[in-house]
Amino acid sequence: MAERYSSFTPGGTAWFLQRVTAAFLIVVLAFHFFLLHFVNHAAEVTFMGTQQRMDHIGYFLTMVLFLVAGAFHGVNGVYNALVNQGLSGTPKKVVLAVLSLAGLALVAQGTYVALVMAEMI
Amino acid sequence: MSQSYNRGLIEDFGRWKEFSAGMWAWIFHKFTGWMLIGYLFTHIAVLSSAIAAANGETMMLAGEQVNAYTGTIQGLEGLFIVRILEVGLLAVAVFHILNGIRLLMVDLGIGLTAQDKSFYASLVLTGAITVASVPTFLSGVGL
Repeated sequence: MAERYSSFTPGGTAWFLQRVTAAFLIVVLAFHFFLLHFVNHAAEVTFMGTQQRMDHIGYFLTMVLFLVAGAFHGVNGVYNALVNQGLSGTPKKVVLAVLSLAGLALVAQGTYVALVMAEMI
Repeated sequence: MSQSYNRGLIEDFGRWKEFSAGMWAWIFHKFTGWMLIGYLFTHIAVLSSAIAAANGETMMLAGEQVNAYTGTIQGLEGLFIVRILEVGLLAVAVFHILNGIRLLMVDLGIGLTAQDKSFYASLVLTGAITVASVPTFLSGVGL
């Protein structure tokens, strides 16, 4: 039997979510880059312009979902890269805890910023 | 019976001279992934200046009083090095997206025999899109 080299549990939730968020991020990251560099130029971004974009509930929800998907995909990707490099035992548990906390902090801060931009708080 | 294949330890980057297309794709995907998640943390930190702006904080930008968010973003965008870093970010993001599509195809078992060619295609397309975006990214900034 051929050895498996993936760091993911076969058929696991993390493996599946990494693929689902990937498919979502492909579309939204391309849209984000296109909108803020080619339609609106980043150098001309103003607080008022950002507030106007974030006032649209669809755009606001897309951006928050983009943040959650990006944070999960990135943090889970880093964790798996480290597992690939041979991380195991207690250091593996510590890294998982630190990365989870960092990911949650990122989502919390980003959501707070998004709410401020949308003038919801 | 499936055959056993000993690929050796590819995590040992010292073996880079023996690497084939698929291994380079794997390394580039990891490298670009690290860059992108690092950037996401930085990005949210910069955008957090919106909190200061919402509290009425202002700053000087090119002799004008502007809110903290507009001043932070336009101040950064006024720097040549930031524009260069943005071109680099685009290159990194485009490669990660294209190679990510390639990986989803591999997962689905589509085009497995062309996995090396699709890696080269990802590289060429990344280069082309990056070069084509340079005028947009460098517009209106001086050295």
